[in-house]
Amino acid sequence: MYKILEARNLAGPNYEMIVEAPRVAARCLPGQFVIVKIDEKAERIPLTITDYDREKGTIEIVFQPIGVSTSKYRELKAGDSFMDFVGPLGKPSDLCLSEEPEAIEALKKKKIVFVAGGVGAAPIYPQAKWLYEHGIMSDVIIGARNQELVLLEERMSKVANVYVTTDDGSYGRSGMVTKCLEDLIAEGHSYDHCVCIGPMIMMKFVCLTTKKYGIHTIVSMNPIMVDGTGMCGACRLMVDGEVKFACVDGPEFDGHLVDFDLAMKRLSLYKTHEGEAFLKWKEGKTHHGGCGECGGDR
Amino acid sequence: MADVKGNSSMSTRVPVREQDPKVRAANFDEVCLGYNEEEAVQEAERCLHCKKPQCVAGCPVNIDIPEFIHALKEREFGSAYDVISQSSSLPAICGRVCPQERQCEGKCIRGIKGDAVAIGKLERFVADWAKANGRKMKCALHKTGKKVAVIGSGPAGLTCAGDLAKKGYDVTIFEALHKAGGVLVYGIPEFRLPKDEVVAKEIENVQCLGVKIETNVIIGRSVTIEDLMKKEGFEAVFIGSGAGLPMFMNIPGEQSKGVFSANEFLTRNNLMKAYRDDYDTPIISGKKAVVVGGGNVAMDAARTALRLGAEVHIVYRRSEAELPARAEEVHHAKEEGIVFDLLTNPVRILADDQDNVTGIECVRMELGEPDASGRRSPVPVEGSEFTIDCDTVIMALGTRPNPLISSTTDGLEMNRKQCIVATEEGQTSLEGVFAGGDAVSGAATVILAMGAGKKAAQAIDEYLKTR
Repeated sequence: MYKILEARNLAGPNYEMIVEAPRVAARCLPGQFVIVKIDEKAERIPLTITDYDREKGTIEIVFQPIGVSTSKYRELKAGDSFMDFVGPLGKPSDLCLSEEPEAIEALKKKKIVFVAGGVGAAPIYPQAKWLYEHGIMSDVIIGARNQELVLLEERMSKVANVYVTTDDGSYGRSGMVTKCLEDLIAEGHSYDHCVCIGPMIMMKFVCLTTKKYGIHTIVSMNPIMVDGTGMCGACRLMVDGEVKFACVDGPEFDGHLVDFDLAMKRLSLYKTHEGEAFLKWKEGKTHHGGCGECGGDR
Repeated sequence: MADVKGNSSMSTRVPVREQDPKVRAANFDEVCLGYNEEEAVQEAERCLHCKKPQCVAGCPVNIDIPEFIHALKEREFGSAYDVISQSSSLPAICGRVCPQERQCEGKCIRGIKGDAVAIGKLERFVADWAKANGRKMKCALHKTGKKVAVIGSGPAGLTCAGDLAKKGYDVTIFEALHKAGGVLVYGIPEFRLPKDEVVAKEIENVQCLGVKIETNVIIGRSVTIEDLMKKEGFEAVFIGSGAGLPMFMNIPGEQSKGVFSANEFLTRNNLMKAYRDDYDTPIISGKKAVVVGGGNVAMDAARTALRLGAEVHIVYRRSEAELPARAEEVHHAKEEGIVFDLLTNPVRILADDQDNVTGIECVRMELGEPDASGRRSPVPVEGSEFTIDCDTVIMALGTRPNPLISSTTDGLEMNRKQCIVATEEGQTSLEGVFAGGDAVSGAATVILAMGAGKKAAQAIDEYLKTR
């Protein structure tokens, strides 16, 4: 069992937890993720690592409940436990691979921009923090639909230059992250490396934008996954015409080579099933009055 | 026909009771019901107790088959179990999943003029009897005080760990998934190998020998082999990580929605128990499923899809004689109503505008000249393309080894196929590091993995004795 030490509701629908997982905390690096399972019957859910404390042996996760399994996480409080918590999975971010002086010097010469959409700010934070701790200041665009959904602004501001933008203009700049990125470039910022993490549709459009400006762009893919160790092949993507497994070959890929349209279609595979399962969980038997028509109980 | 003993009834084996095909096609309960005491003793009577028993040579873990059958005849069921457990840590599993017709039973003299002795069914009876009667394997009395790490809790790892524990070593198994058992849990379905009553019990037996199992640890990610040896005090390591990465055909349409690897389909169903309403993980079997491949995994995927309510076709490019699956699985699949499209090979997968699978285009094949493996290689018949309508395609084409360990262990030699290079005894290119099972051989069977785990345990014992 993996004990939850802290649990709280962040802005809007987002939740944050600190979990005791010494083996994961000992070795994880920015860009990697964990898979968690709350009880015997739950799904295995991949979640990004937001922060880690090697000495305390703890991992921080930030997530937005969507399906049945993650919605159950809302009820969790300090003292509860995850039945399973495995990681670190995936390859670490290329930026944070080496602490050799030459590697750090090379990074210092790069102008790096992170583009975070929604809960994508969670996996961006450890990368920006790692760079900051190695003397590198990056720019971070945090995008959200509205003010309530802006995530991790305060913590991010301590480790990077942060630009917040909201779709509805309720906070910070107004408009999508692509607009913010183009505005920053127009204002005189220049970038040669971009890391973009968020909903697939957003990553697709950020990649189209950065391609225009010739900025090398890394995205972190979040496809459907079961085991996360390269066994099931559910997370396969087409990258530059080749099949890649997000869990062992990624999750980070060259965004200009990823087939996003295909990835988005594959992401919708279990949508109907998930919806049915969610209603069943949320509404219980009231939804299934025995009409026998909708099939939601099957 | 006269039998060796002059008794015509002795040439045929005692039939084993099975669930009716029509009934079992709609449930996940075990298909084969096994022998009862009377049936087992009656079948045991058929053993000729050859002076040079070929069956023992045919068994990858060399169980003393005539000896345990002799004990069975005498109704000494406990002694029969003791004989088997000297050589095998997982008899209830082997009795169910070994390809006996190509191993012990394939060598049985009885098989020349009739049915071979049903050794697998007898082994299963003995193991199930031991479980029901609380008979345990014998533990080591003295401890060596030396620690050995075993990577992977599948058949190779469990066997290696069990044997080392019996020799007095302090063994820890590291398992990447949340449940121990490897392919026995995620791959082989409930109806062939019950998880709670058989697999979990066999694993408990291994734990009773003192073996510790740590789940949710991915070697290469959570911890490296080097750290296990330098920081955690393990003096030897056995890698039994299996062959994980599923292969695809690289044909057009393979990324469409409704195309799964057999690994994904079976993992959802078996490990995550998607077939049960009370588990959260979803599974899609569709109304009509096509399974591509002819091995045990293809049979398992096909029979699982059938039980989830699909009409199922198996598409295999060679003929029936070349089907690599166990004879019993092919027989059961046919009985249950699975359609075999043999000498047929997929060309592309068809999908609608939403990218949902609508069919699979195949081409007829004929057998040409024998290839390097000696098997006649299939060649396409020109212009014979045809389409099978379906909404699900399951690819059961085999697997490649997982790169997680090889890419994080300096100095571990790999071959071209990314399998770990190891000697017959399991020694790898690194001192103190041994390997066996699918990680070395590429995808093979449960019993071959067990054989490799057993040999490696012996080699590890010899290595550690000299240290």
